[in-house]
Amino acid sequence: MDAAPIAPDVIEGEASASVQKPLQRVPLVLNKRNFSWITERISGVIEGPAPRWWWVSFAITSMVAAFGLFCLGYQISTGVGTWGLNHPVGWAWDITNFVFWIGIGHAGTLISAILFLLRQKWRTSINRAAEAMTLFAVICAAIFPGVHVGRVWMAWYLAPLPNNYGIWPNFRSPLLWDVFAVSTYFSVSVLFWYTGLIPDLATLRDRATTKIKKLLYGIFAVGWRGSNRNWRHYEMAYLLLAGLSTPLVLSVHSVVSFDFATSIIPTWHTTIFPPYFVAGAIFGGFAMVLTLLVPARAIYKLHDIITPQHIDKMAKIILLTGSIVTYAYAMEFFVAWYSGNQYEKFAFYNRIFGPYWWYWWVGMLFCNMLSPQLFWFKACRRNIYIVYFVCMCVNAGMWFERFIIIVGGLHRDFLPSSWGLFYPTWVDIWTFIGTFGIFLSLFLLFIRYLPMIAMSEVKIVLPEANPHHASPGEHHAVAAGGKERN
Amino acid sequence: MGAEFATPSALYEAAKRVRDAGFKKWDVHSPFPIHGMDDAMGLGKSWLSAAVLAGGITGLLTAAILEFGPSSLIYPLIVHGKPTNWATVPAFFPIMFELTILFSAFSAFFAMLIMNGLPRWYHPVFNWQRFSRATNDGFFLIIEARDPRFTELEARELLEQSGGQHITIIHED
Repeated sequence: MDAAPIAPDVIEGEASASVQKPLQRVPLVLNKRNFSWITERISGVIEGPAPRWWWVSFAITSMVAAFGLFCLGYQISTGVGTWGLNHPVGWAWDITNFVFWIGIGHAGTLISAILFLLRQKWRTSINRAAEAMTLFAVICAAIFPGVHVGRVWMAWYLAPLPNNYGIWPNFRSPLLWDVFAVSTYFSVSVLFWYTGLIPDLATLRDRATTKIKKLLYGIFAVGWRGSNRNWRHYEMAYLLLAGLSTPLVLSVHSVVSFDFATSIIPTWHTTIFPPYFVAGAIFGGFAMVLTLLVPARAIYKLHDIITPQHIDKMAKIILLTGSIVTYAYAMEFFVAWYSGNQYEKFAFYNRIFGPYWWYWWVGMLFCNMLSPQLFWFKACRRNIYIVYFVCMCVNAGMWFERFIIIVGGLHRDFLPSSWGLFYPTWVDIWTFIGTFGIFLSLFLLFIRYLPMIAMSEVKIVLPEANPHHASPGEHHAVAAGGKERN
Repeated sequence: MGAEFATPSALYEAAKRVRDAGFKKWDVHSPFPIHGMDDAMGLGKSWLSAAVLAGGITGLLTAAILEFGPSSLIYPLIVHGKPTNWATVPAFFPIMFELTILFSAFSAFFAMLIMNGLPRWYHPVFNWQRFSRATNDGFFLIIEARDPRFTELEARELLEQSGGQHITIIHED
């Protein structure tokens, strides 16, 4: 529920005399920064004028987003035929993009919820940005199933509303599960993110220099005053939200995988899908977190808060989930062979040697299976360029993976007479690129107007935040610092 | 009456003293939750979890009614050759699960706000100039004059003895 005793202190306490010093943990915030430094540095990002690179990037991303929205408008007004979907490939880029984006979202929830329950204190530096990324990715994801139904104005049929045709949705359909899972996921992520933001919004309110800022931050900070009577309920709420999000995040991608697993298409009809999809989601999501945070860290000079240690740990999670995914890929092949089912066997043969062979060789084999293996080596985990390269590989590889699963399963099914390939149209391509525009525009707005690092949470991991922080030398230093500040 | 403390540990010690002195209407303010402060203030476990449990049960029941009502009474459908009976119940679980989570999360959020008396547009502590640091790096202890044990002299003495600085009387408006 609340901050557990801080590990470095325990070790320090035991060892303050001597021998065990080398065992001391690397602090999560480097250079002995104090509370107000954290406030200054993180709020400063928002309070300063928008730098030129921000305007340039925002102009580009918002133009791309606008063109993506235009494509959506064109698709909705003209029809799903503007996409390259046809027989036999009735799901292609749309559902690939949906699974891709929703998967990216999962890393945010993993960082904010699961690592919170596991008391991984390093999460505090990255959870806010990762949660924001979750929200924006889910927004991008929701676009595709929303519009691929064709007549979007009939989408309310998905909701169990009484209507004069007396028709009700089929609650046993995985597609309806998806509707509930994704909307719940989005709502709960918003709540979790906003709950975490309240204390930081209060910080911004108290630092606001103009009336309008004070009013806006003040409204969203709901009158937070950092009272311990409030913190008590707040921490319980945060803990419970984390506890609720943990099974939720696992369920969402499981439900997404049920869309495939409950069908009878070869390569889809497998029981391995839920854990395989969840691992893949976290794998791809962490790559995206790093893709966004590594530049943000460099631009805003947040090296003391997002330390090499953080990047190292994220790289290890990419290695772990990448290895789970590799295992799942291998298991698929094994089961296809072991099942003796000729359609299943053919589908996997076709995956490697069929018309989409290079998607497998480049996307799955190189990007997803091989490139993360570099993270076995500390030198690679600590080299920012290699980390970034691997993340880019994983971002691309995970999109290819979903494409292979979806289109690879559909394009050559049971009857050779109905085989065919998928050809994307410009609308397909630009809708996908447009979602990147939407995603990055929202993220740029986020780092401009909201604290991208959870200030109140980072402060907890400083050693002096622990009330039992009593090693005498340190104590004096802090007291002196305190006096100075007064 | 408010006092400022330099460090979380100073605030923690002061809170213990104020608790032992028998005050009831008082509070500490800090930029982050301080571990162990609930005990130092003599507060128990938050009962917010009860509200969340209630929300979760409501969500589960809502989902059950929502699914079984239409699927077995109003508009029975046979899909995959499966009629609505006990053997097909697992197909209803995902939505039950999602709605349980959804309702629990909303009750956690709103119960947190309600139990904290938020949103609140005005509070006397905001009149105190120094208090803006409570969301940055300031650690404050505030004893309300409404407390039955409160006398200005005694409260001031207690805060001074606990190491409080900038002891100030904060007015209602």
